[in-house]
Amino acid sequence: MAGPVQSIERAAAILRLLAGGPRRLGLGEVASSLGLAKGTAHGILRTLQHVDFVEQDETTGKYQLGAALLHLGTSYLDVNELRSRSLNWADALAARSGEAVRLGTPLEGKVLVVHHVFRPDDTLQTLDVGALLPLHASSMGKVLLAFGTAAPETGPGGELEAYTRHTLVTREDLDRALAEIREQGWGAEVQEMSLGEAGIAAPIRGHGGLVVGAIALSGPPERICDPKGRPQPALIGLLREAARAISRDLGAARW
Amino acid sequence: MAERYVMSIDQGTTSTRCILFDRRGRLCAVAQREHQQYFPRPGWVEHDAVEIWRNVRRIVPEAMAHAGVDAGDIAAVGIANQRETTVLWDRRTGLPLGRAIVWQDTRTAPLVDALRDRPGDEFFLDRCGLPPSTYFSALRIRWLFDHVEGLEERARDGEVLFGTMESWLIYNLTGGTDGGLHITDPTNASRTMLVNLRTLTWDAELLAFFGVPRPLLPEIRSSAESYGEARALLPGVRITAALGDQQAALFGQTCFSPGEAKCTYGTGSFLLMNTGTDLVRSHNGLLTTVAYKIAGEPTVYALEGPMAVTGSLVQWFRDRLGLISTAPEIETLARTVEDNGGCYIVPAFSGLFAPHWRSDARGVVVGLTSYITKGHLARAVLEATAWQTREVVDAMNADCGLALRQLKVDGGMTSDNLLMQLLADVLDVPVVRPLVAETVSLGAAYAAGLAVDYWADLEVLRRNWHRAAQWLPAMDPRRREEEYESWQRAVERSLGWVRPPQPPG
Repeated sequence: MAGPVQSIERAAAILRLLAGGPRRLGLGEVASSLGLAKGTAHGILRTLQHVDFVEQDETTGKYQLGAALLHLGTSYLDVNELRSRSLNWADALAARSGEAVRLGTPLEGKVLVVHHVFRPDDTLQTLDVGALLPLHASSMGKVLLAFGTAAPETGPGGELEAYTRHTLVTREDLDRALAEIREQGWGAEVQEMSLGEAGIAAPIRGHGGLVVGAIALSGPPERICDPKGRPQPALIGLLREAARAISRDLGAARW
Repeated sequence: MAERYVMSIDQGTTSTRCILFDRRGRLCAVAQREHQQYFPRPGWVEHDAVEIWRNVRRIVPEAMAHAGVDAGDIAAVGIANQRETTVLWDRRTGLPLGRAIVWQDTRTAPLVDALRDRPGDEFFLDRCGLPPSTYFSALRIRWLFDHVEGLEERARDGEVLFGTMESWLIYNLTGGTDGGLHITDPTNASRTMLVNLRTLTWDAELLAFFGVPRPLLPEIRSSAESYGEARALLPGVRITAALGDQQAALFGQTCFSPGEAKCTYGTGSFLLMNTGTDLVRSHNGLLTTVAYKIAGEPTVYALEGPMAVTGSLVQWFRDRLGLISTAPEIETLARTVEDNGGCYIVPAFSGLFAPHWRSDARGVVVGLTSYITKGHLARAVLEATAWQTREVVDAMNADCGLALRQLKVDGGMTSDNLLMQLLADVLDVPVVRPLVAETVSLGAAYAAGLAVDYWADLEVLRRNWHRAAQWLPAMDPRRREEEYESWQRAVERSLGWVRPPQPPG
């Protein structure tokens, strides 16, 4: 195994130094504090500046932590913000598809439902915002896995929990499904979480194209799928249109 | 047969939107444009009516282009508008005489104080159902007459026309100086303080009181009837509805039966309850207003409870205190704690509105201890909206003897799940959100479509309403009562903070 990378260690030391006090620091101060040559310190600072982890004051030339770094720990989209921005699009999707709509984000190895629009038929339905769904057996979870937003929770032997006889329980099957999702840009589950239920999901992208969540339609397989058991292209079209619209809205924001 | 659409134009406080709806009440195209807000002095808010008309001329073709349709595909146009905003224009040139004075403008406050003192609220309540307030247009007309040289005289000579935004837009859509219609509807007219609420006609006594000459005023038509054909923009398309925005939202939420209520949660919030054809006089601090008037049918009335500071309390928390960076984060912060920790915020920033109407109140934060965190404050911010709603609902129930069975909600704050749950908890009734969030535009479209038989009747519209979400009460009744009692004690502490000016010496 390779040893630590020296320049990354030095970059970390510079960031710690800049984070240590309220004051901006000049190049000389950074270099002498860490016992680095000025040229070395400058190269690292320039690189950190390039990725927005460090900012340089235009007038004094001194350095401070950059905005991107401040948001690194909170790069997750606030889930309530996500719901607020998705509201109109999710409603429109439910109205056009006639099916229930959910939005989800990853949370501790599960999918957290952050928004839920009822199937618009006025039957008794219960809001399940706050519910947790399995990653490998839900359409939203599979999309989040496919785009690297969440990692699968496997048992000690690498097996996945079976919810129905249709659940993908081996890594090979799941990996194949995830590759297909990445390829086609959407994912489905047909009776993999519970019998009599199917869903299709598409990724929601935030600033910089990062996948921050997923939006899904769900209903009985006979409505979500065609007679051959394939998700209906018309529904996929509506779903992806909504996902793109929400992503556009989110991408426009500064985080 | 090709699909036809109904168009709504929602002339709002910050922007104007044009939306096309299909027969199932689904939104098919939107175009929107903001207009400038002018703040020439503290408390003054103005709009440029010419800019607003120019925006309409842009967004109408835009919306049609989005949907790929032309004027021939539009069955009818309905208008919803920011209420009470006052524009005067020259009958001969068709141009505004100065900027429109917006409903939020408080320049008439001294006049309000004088009128509440003499002749007093009862004089006005008996006739128009409204107590003097800076909201209403008659006071603005009086102010303009008193401050613009020669205006009153020109108005008496019939050279000047008054309107709220729907009148201004209909006038321009139907030809302007070349035969443009000068009309309004009862929901808008009833917010001037110049209309007899029972007869829905301009009240001679109120006109005389404010010195408003009859030729200044538009003709009052129904909220839903064929006014005439558009000449500009949409040649040949019939204009068939006009409703004030809050009444349009009530209509869009299909609150057609007595006892049905909606609340629109925005910067401020407005709860309206349909009281049927009964004109209910409030004894509990609510406004009596017209809900809608469909041509050939009896007038339907409503009780209204305006809450001045709801969403704007969240904005204050974000912009002035800086404790959150976006409005939806209030929910995230509020969920970091289990309850309010004993802390209550009464946002009487410019006095308390319905049902208290106390201009001497100012905001308070009570129950502070060293235990209180920003999470508790965030929770108290959301609870303030819930409890204000509870007070208005209690007043409505007392006034009309009907107990609210569910509350239909719309507006931006409905995306806040915690607030919606709090509402269900403190009101002890289900809170339901409809699938179409654009209830103001939808209401104007519904009224317009009804007038041309695009939709057959109210029942068809009811069937278009679908529940998108529902929150059920889950609070322990004893805790609800304790919390309400604490809220009421907090409200008491906000009262009487502003003292009348002391005489010198």
